[in-house]
Amino acid sequence: MPENDAYWRQTRLLTLLLLGLWILITFVLAWFAQEINRIVVFGFPLGFYMDAQGVLALYLAIIWYYNRRMAQLDRHHGIDDE
Amino acid sequence: MLASLTRLQRYYLYYTGGFLLFVAGLAVLERQGMPPRWIGYAFLFFTISMYGAIGIFSRTSDVSEYYVAGRRVPAFFNGMATGADWMSAASFMGLAGTLYLSGFQGLAYVIGWTGGFVLVALLLAPYLRRFGQYTIPDFLGARYGGNGVRLVAVVAAILASFVYVVAQIYGVGVITSRFVSLQFEIGVFVGLAGILVCSFLGGMRAVTWTQVAQYLILIVAYVTPVAILSYNVTGNPLPQFVYGRVLAQVGELETSLFNKPSEVEVRRLYRERADLHAQKIISLPHSLDHERDQLSAQINALKSSDAQMKDIVALERRLRDLPHDPEQAKALWENAMFTAVDRSQVPIHHAEAFPGEDERQQMAQRINFIALIFCLTIGTAALPHVLMRYYTTPSVREARESVFWSLVFILLLYMTAPAYAVFAKHEVLTHLVEIPIAKLPSWVAAWTKVGLVSIEDINGDGILQFAELSLNPDVVVLATPEIAGMPYVVSGLVAAGALAAALSTADGLLLTITGALSHDVYYRIIRPDASTQLRLVISKSLLLVVAVLAATVAAQKPGTILSMVAWAFSIAGSAFFPALVLGIFWSRATRAGALSGMLVGVSLTLYYILRLEFNNLPWLGLSGINMPPWFQVQSTSAGVFGVLAGFATIILVSLLTPPDAGAQDFLERIRRVGKYREEHA
Repeated sequence: MPENDAYWRQTRLLTLLLLGLWILITFVLAWFAQEINRIVVFGFPLGFYMDAQGVLALYLAIIWYYNRRMAQLDRHHGIDDE
Repeated sequence: MLASLTRLQRYYLYYTGGFLLFVAGLAVLERQGMPPRWIGYAFLFFTISMYGAIGIFSRTSDVSEYYVAGRRVPAFFNGMATGADWMSAASFMGLAGTLYLSGFQGLAYVIGWTGGFVLVALLLAPYLRRFGQYTIPDFLGARYGGNGVRLVAVVAAILASFVYVVAQIYGVGVITSRFVSLQFEIGVFVGLAGILVCSFLGGMRAVTWTQVAQYLILIVAYVTPVAILSYNVTGNPLPQFVYGRVLAQVGELETSLFNKPSEVEVRRLYRERADLHAQKIISLPHSLDHERDQLSAQINALKSSDAQMKDIVALERRLRDLPHDPEQAKALWENAMFTAVDRSQVPIHHAEAFPGEDERQQMAQRINFIALIFCLTIGTAALPHVLMRYYTTPSVREARESVFWSLVFILLLYMTAPAYAVFAKHEVLTHLVEIPIAKLPSWVAAWTKVGLVSIEDINGDGILQFAELSLNPDVVVLATPEIAGMPYVVSGLVAAGALAAALSTADGLLLTITGALSHDVYYRIIRPDASTQLRLVISKSLLLVVAVLAATVAAQKPGTILSMVAWAFSIAGSAFFPALVLGIFWSRATRAGALSGMLVGVSLTLYYILRLEFNNLPWLGLSGINMPPWFQVQSTSAGVFGVLAGFATIILVSLLTPPDAGAQDFLERIRRVGKYREEHA
């Protein structure tokens, strides 16, 4: 069954880990925004600043890392997509 | 350096340069005394003819070019096109406005509308590209087999896309009626022409290259005014980095302003008005008769004295404008009551998370914030017109990279929006509030005429209090250049950007709708033997019909259109997301599971919206269906229940039905595993 294929297993694991990180910074951080807002950095209330800018940059980083890892996996397993 | 760029990059560099020169030229002409209306016309004419020219150059009669741009769009440009496709009139005009009005709570839109792209990148885009067909219903049809799933997907895609496209065309009407003083209905059809010139002749190919051009205009238009504003206030033209300081100032201004006696007084007057309306609603229908009698008596009294004619006319108009029956009166007065209640509240502080008077209110805010993020992310990752764009790249790897570029280009706007809102609020608090109403700047009157700004001197002191000013969220971006006293050319630029945002999204949506009808329904279900030429003819005629239909609906100015767009996310999310994700990652998902999951998800979402938003549905013979919300979740986040129910149903029903035989091949292909890989090694 394809479920045991190494390429697919690694793809799935990577997806799951990054998805977990995404849930953490999207939902857990937003849930505690009121508490985090009490910390002020450079005049920004941190909760506001994270949700307005910080989290967005992290999203970009997640996608960037995923693409990099997937390109490596593709090479390693000889996957050639068109 | 120029030589290291690709041919396409050079073209678009020249194009951007040309556009900037055009703007600079207009700025010079404005100094020489060119009237504002001509600047508006110049922008409208220049941009639409550019889009038209690109549309004509990219015309095509090839099916693959028409539906997926020949799968030759490089990641970078697909990212830019997706950015324009994705950022609608709501992102361009509404986002900063919502942030202006609701502060922290508005950030749910910023996070939701960008976080969704992580889901697209991780869960969907690579697999859609590997599958490599034409539409989203295509994908579901191939994974689960049978026409049932395909048809449900088509209906959901059309349902979600049509309201969305109507909202875009409506936005075009608003922009043209304000900036070039066209009549709203005419503006709607001008917008229609702007959409059709690109999508009709060249399908996805033309739309892609137009969207890239539109992205460049919209981002320049969005960033310019806020950069100028930032430079004026802080001396630094990069608003994203310096608005923290301004935010702190806004906080101080808010604290001192909200407690001023005049503001407290104005809020008290609004509360009294709200109470008065509540009284009148309770004592209907007598209150209506009473009001009518009172007005008649007043008019008669005035007539018998020698009062001014215009006072009598004013009173007579009030009498005429009274609601005709108690039901109408109830609706009207309820509306007035809620507006008054809104204005009587102490305004929220901009940076405060989950504001509320007590624990319970704060918790409701928190739950809705999270629920809205959930719906918007899932909805973003399920809107067919966005997902479709990832079919157009040359390879899977480029599809992945193009999600990255999409988010880069989207973030340029989304990271600016919170700064935009803070700077706009700073301008209003420092330069608009507390000045005499007679001395208000001219833009206030101009926007009041369009109905997006309203000012009422309720305490009669002749001075504008913060609580007396009400701005429609759309007006914040469009009017900021005027609020900050910038030259009119900046306003024209912003209008051109908003127009680009609305047109580019409308193009993508129209292609989705016609693709679903012509490809999925006509070609795949009704006539699989149709020639390619016939398929294109059908597709183009449908495009025309759907576009005219959407413009006709938009010309009626449907009042609830903006909330309907929020519902589109919930509908798309609950219809597509569970079926797509489980279809890719869970080989056990079956056709029966997907079909029932999609139906349950969409039905639950629609049910929740209907029961929360409407009390009577005369055309269904229903009345008194209004219900209290579940867990205090608002109807804009109805998708929370639909998506979760969709997942649960698919899993449950799939486990109860035997596995599909056809799924194996499909999954091996899109996961690149098993037999497929051996054969293609």
